[in-house]
Amino acid sequence: MSLKLEELMQAHPVFVNVGVRDFGDSLREAGYEVVQLDWSPPAGGDAKLAALLDDLL
Amino acid sequence: MVRKTVVRKNRYLDSVFLMLVARRIAALPGMRDASALLGTPANRELLAAMGYGVEDAGPNDLVLALEGEEAAVDAVIGDADAYFARGSANGEASVAAPRSIAEALIARPDASVALISVPGEYATREARAALRAGLHVFLFSSNVAVEDELSLKTEARQRGLLVMGPDCGTAYLAGAGLGFANAVRRGPIGIVGGTGTGMQELASLVHRAGSGISSGIGTGSRDLSDAVGGISTFAGIDALEADPATKVVVVLSKPPGDAAAAALAQRLARCAKPSVACLLGADGAATIDDAARAALRAAGGTEPAFLVVDDRSLREMAAHAMESRRPGQRYVRGLFAGGTLCYQAQAIFRRAGLAVHSNAPLRGMHELADPARSLEHSFLDMGAESFVRGRPHPMIDASQRRARLAREGADPSVAVILLDFILGSAASPDPVGDLLPAIRGIRDDGPCIVASVCGTERDRQSLERQTRALQEAGVKVFPSSAQAARFCAEAARRL
Repeated sequence: MSLKLEELMQAHPVFVNVGVRDFGDSLREAGYEVVQLDWSPPAGGDAKLAALLDDLL
Repeated sequence: MVRKTVVRKNRYLDSVFLMLVARRIAALPGMRDASALLGTPANRELLAAMGYGVEDAGPNDLVLALEGEEAAVDAVIGDADAYFARGSANGEASVAAPRSIAEALIARPDASVALISVPGEYATREARAALRAGLHVFLFSSNVAVEDELSLKTEARQRGLLVMGPDCGTAYLAGAGLGFANAVRRGPIGIVGGTGTGMQELASLVHRAGSGISSGIGTGSRDLSDAVGGISTFAGIDALEADPATKVVVVLSKPPGDAAAAALAQRLARCAKPSVACLLGADGAATIDDAARAALRAAGGTEPAFLVVDDRSLREMAAHAMESRRPGQRYVRGLFAGGTLCYQAQAIFRRAGLAVHSNAPLRGMHELADPARSLEHSFLDMGAESFVRGRPHPMIDASQRRARLAREGADPSVAVILLDFILGSAASPDPVGDLLPAIRGIRDDGPCIVASVCGTERDRQSLERQTRALQEAGVKVFPSSAQAARFCAEAARRL
């Protein structure tokens, strides 16, 4: 669970990277822990269908 | 020449990776152009405009569109999958990698920040999932509707969380540089910024002055519009005000909406810490250099000599440089990788009473009808949508800027070319090297080349190495983008 922003500024944050891997790799190289998501477009890429499913679930 | 496409079903890869693959393929002998894109509706439209038909590809499918000599195109098609194999760095782990933010939090319940850079149409959904899982959000994605931005930021505020973005290029959190960020020392200066390259320039100047950054809260470029009302800016100011490591708060933005500007002025007036507002492009606004100097002073430090350059010395240098120009050389052309630096340069020209044409015009400047054709003094933001649609940002891939530089360099009406080079994470490994072939190709009696390098000696590209390479190629290098633009304005007055 997250820290409040003021606390976050003092902590050693752990990141979740959703998308461009370079951003996660740069953080990892700088010594931070990063969870890389294996992301792909939801609902076969249909954003409207994905929103409908989100509402249902 | 032939054009062919290959489609790989259910093969999602991130856009930066795909663009780098496309660039590699396009550089092969016999190839003329290559695009690697997902078959989203927007990309299918783009490919159709380029003359490719890809009706059978969906948003989860990878499309490789190739143009070149038939043998070369066929060779790429025969070996297509090899180009899309990732390096082994994370290859093994990705088999079991989480597929949603909820799954990621099972693996790491202590995670506190989500970086989101998926295509714009999916970004709101992921950002909302992150907020509901209790994560702060760094939202790099652009093309997010302003209503979605407002709704995300409102939800974040209710949850005590922060949304940095959309369209947020840079942030610094607890020493970590997010997105495009320079390697800077930690120190007393906190930044809240609606501009990515602006924050990079400010952080780098502060570092080079011997000081450092406590945190840099990105807000996205629209945060201080009246539609969004500065929700993330105010959350950022609150956080920096409470942060014991921050001694000075700097707010860096393009001009806010009227209501947001008034609210910002009120908030800074009651800030418990010294504050500096740098609203680039607003009437009478400071440059990023001015903001750095004010912040360093307020933090109790001294202003470094490299940031204190008077107009007279720049005027003398410019007069000297323009003595040798040929008749007919009359115009300044700025080719920028950093959008904010393009904006700042226009503000400096406006202050000097000089008109500029731009694809991203500052209020009062002229909009270029066709960004592909410069007119009189022209400043181009080469990271703007018309240049990067389906192509990498110029900070990652210099090929478009290199071609434009060669063209401007050969134009007999051009007296000065102004460039910026941006170092740091996620940027090209050698931004100066990428443009050197075009710089060296300019005739000795061609335009004077002026540049600045945004970065530090800690960046992997090395500020010193990049600067030296420019100087060895005969480029006039200034310590900041503002000074380079001021020099150009002094030169332009003599044209």
